[in-house]
Amino acid sequence: MNDSSGSGKQIHLAAHFPGVNNTTVWAGPPAGPTTTPGRCASRNPSLGSQIDFSSFEHLARTAERGLFDFFFLAEGLRLREHNGRIHDLDVVGRPESLTVLTALAAVTERIGLAATVNATFNEPYELARRLASLDHLSGGRAAWNVVTSSDAFTGENFRRGGYLDRADRYTRAAEFVATARELWDSGTPDGTPGPFVHSGEHFGIEGWFGVAPAPQGHPVVIQAGDSDEGREFAASAADVIFTRHGTLEAGRVFYTDVKRRLAAYGRDPDDLKIMPGVSFVLGDTAAEAQERAAEIRRQQVSPQTALLTLEQIWGVDLSGYDPEGPLPDIDPDPDSQRVQGRVRHADPLAVAAKWRALSEEKGLSIRQTVIEATGRQSFIGTPEAVAAEMAAFVRSDAADGFILVPHLTPGGLDDFVDRVVPLLQERGVFRTGYTGRTLRDHLGLRHPGGRSARSARGSAPDLDGRRTGIGRTDGT
Amino acid sequence: MAPSTGTLHLAAAIDGTGQYTAPYYVELARLAERGTLDFVTLDDSFGPPGEGQGRPDALSVLARVAPATERVGLVPTVTTTHTEPFHVSSAVATLDWVSRGRAGWTVGVSTTEAEARLVGRRPAAPAGELWAEAEEVADVVARLWDSWEDDAEIRDTATGRFIDRDKLHYVDFEGRHFRVRGPSIVPRPPQGHPVVAVDATDPVTWDTAARHATVAFVRATTPDAAGRIRDELRGRAASFGRERGALTVLAAVTVDLADGEYAAGLATGDAPLTATAAGPPLYRGGPVDLADLIAGWHTAGAVDGFHITPAAPPGDLERFVNGTVALLQHRGLFRTFYPGATLRDHLGLPRPANRYALARETAQ
Ligand SMILES: Cc1cc2nc3c(=O)[nH]c(=O)nc-3n(C[C@H](O)[C@H](O)[C@H](O)COP(=O)(O)O)c2cc1C
Repeated sequence: MNDSSGSGKQIHLAAHFPGVNNTTVWAGPPAGPTTTPGRCASRNPSLGSQIDFSSFEHLARTAERGLFDFFFLAEGLRLREHNGRIHDLDVVGRPESLTVLTALAAVTERIGLAATVNATFNEPYELARRLASLDHLSGGRAAWNVVTSSDAFTGENFRRGGYLDRADRYTRAAEFVATARELWDSGTPDGTPGPFVHSGEHFGIEGWFGVAPAPQGHPVVIQAGDSDEGREFAASAADVIFTRHGTLEAGRVFYTDVKRRLAAYGRDPDDLKIMPGVSFVLGDTAAEAQERAAEIRRQQVSPQTALLTLEQIWGVDLSGYDPEGPLPDIDPDPDSQRVQGRVRHADPLAVAAKWRALSEEKGLSIRQTVIEATGRQSFIGTPEAVAAEMAAFVRSDAADGFILVPHLTPGGLDDFVDRVVPLLQERGVFRTGYTGRTLRDHLGLRHPGGRSARSARGSAPDLDGRRTGIGRTDGT
Repeated sequence: MAPSTGTLHLAAAIDGTGQYTAPYYVELARLAERGTLDFVTLDDSFGPPGEGQGRPDALSVLARVAPATERVGLVPTVTTTHTEPFHVSSAVATLDWVSRGRAGWTVGVSTTEAEARLVGRRPAAPAGELWAEAEEVADVVARLWDSWEDDAEIRDTATGRFIDRDKLHYVDFEGRHFRVRGPSIVPRPPQGHPVVAVDATDPVTWDTAARHATVAFVRATTPDAAGRIRDELRGRAASFGRERGALTVLAAVTVDLADGEYAAGLATGDAPLTATAAGPPLYRGGPVDLADLIAGWHTAGAVDGFHITPAAPPGDLERFVNGTVALLQHRGLFRTFYPGATLRDHLGLPRPANRYALARETAQ
């Protein structure tokens, strides 16, 4: 085992609320505000509410019972469209993250509370203020997942108008985070707000930051985004990366690449935790787990969803095709604007070729191909096998931990916490109690100093300088 | 002024300069809830109230208070000047979700150059212009709340459809100040429309209050003056096609009840309320006299109730609840329990119909 960090390397765990997406399994009417005691949630495919506060409370408390580092909420600011109409197959409708998380601070004590908030459709002063408020009201548990989607489609809901060029989104995000940190640092040592001046390419602001220095100094910053610019931004400014590299090989390559970038910013490898989003399926035997995983995939990819997924790649109308039949033999239209509100595949022709090869090799129908090609069930097996695999994953430096993405709301984490967490603890790779109060404590991150400490670390990212000469690698 | 037959409404501010921890606010909100007050308010502004002073985001604070309380309404101030209307709509709707139907918001504007420089997008504007924009924000926020019909989520396993897209609506709002396409990403909140409050102290806000508010705060030192403002507001509301009773008018008063049990102080005599340079009129005296004043104004039909700001929380709120409110309850002038669960229930307001559902029904 390539155990570069020593045998004591610990797993960090976070919980992704399975609210809005095509992977949350739903069937029939909502289960109601509370889950029935004694009923094993993962055996019951009927979904709770993705909007009632009790759902959030249940999952956050379960994660806290499992001693997780943080509870995580994603964000979407416009309903997806397909063929110019609102996409109606996925679970949609969610409350606003920071408000939900601040309410969750009332019903939890230790777990970190992470909100995904776009850096394009917000302004530093307002967002820094809301994040500092969450940090105060939760006693130091706030985190911000900085996302950078810039599309004009989403922009139609905002004053700004969504005109930010793709190339500008990370320079704005980097300046946004740097500015927020200037505001958070502007307080005086006696705990009262202080003056600030910021003058940059995207923001020119000054005044008094209206919130006293927050318990964590800087709420934890998470980055999700995989391009070269995204990785560079994370290396310069983030405390955690939320990645999609959920296989051991891809994880190792990503891990090495990102950790290598930290030195240029005067940071240690430990200053940035890499946490892929992973799903899991448990069973009493390996065969049972596999069978259940296959059943979940069938529920996640209905015949209707399979056809629409294919249309997203082909960019043309495929409604005449039979989802249980073979893949279409026509070529995709790479310039189609058919899908709105979701990251497009970088190269539809290449993706289509890959899928076609897969389908021909294994003799798969459209639906089977989609199930096979889009599956992200990272850990499938008995609790013992999953615990062992996760431990090996982290100890061989493919990740520092995981953001678990259950497929059920709100009971999707119950089994994991009851059955896998104790095994991780037995192996000595996961904590048996919270040792600190703040999210920084859980993640083993340093408390940021005041102005002087910050400038000594040289935290201002130099994205433009680094971008020149580096070719674009687009992972999506 | 016609003598009042309506229910008396009481609300309290739970502000506190430099207070950042949750227990401070939770304790005050629970006190208000013990007094079965309709709601608590929390003021806000982007800038610190003064050099070296500050406060956390009001909507966040009341979200933190929500799970720690059960019935009391939660009404933060949210500015419309340097915020995104789409975000404002989502945040207030979410406060309604996490409080299970107890949310409202006081529509605010940011008038100062200092606030404008915190955001850096545009310079400060005259109050009239800002309130015209605030009206547009209140309008689009309500449209976004309606952009999901109540039964838009269908989870139809047979067809694989999670939502009925015919019950989701683009608001396509085109104002003078901004555009919003919609629909919201937050389903219609439990109250349909969370309660909209406007501080109607300055006449520049009166049209906004008359068009959009469900609750208006007014400042007056006599019942006659209060009644005149209420008539004015209700008259304007009627001219905008609303029912006169759709607007609940509360008199704002700062109350200083310190040592009130022993000293009648200024409360006796003709002018129990003294005007102050900034802020609501000040009542200084005993809780019993305050109960008399409230009962007197209310039975005279001058106001629908009072919004009190305790001069020194929590002491003054405690004395208000244990003294003034207890007495009003004892006299049968104020309720002793919450008959409903939502803030609209407390205010006696119906859950508004969805404009898009209504339009479809009338079209059929
Ligand atoms: C694991 C992961 C999670 C993401 N979650 C969100 C999200 O919740 N909301 C959002 O708007 N964008 C989300 N994004 C999109 C990214 O912020 C970014 O816009 C996108 O990945 C394109 O950037 P890139 O070219 O650097 O990858 C996510 C990206 C990744 C990799």
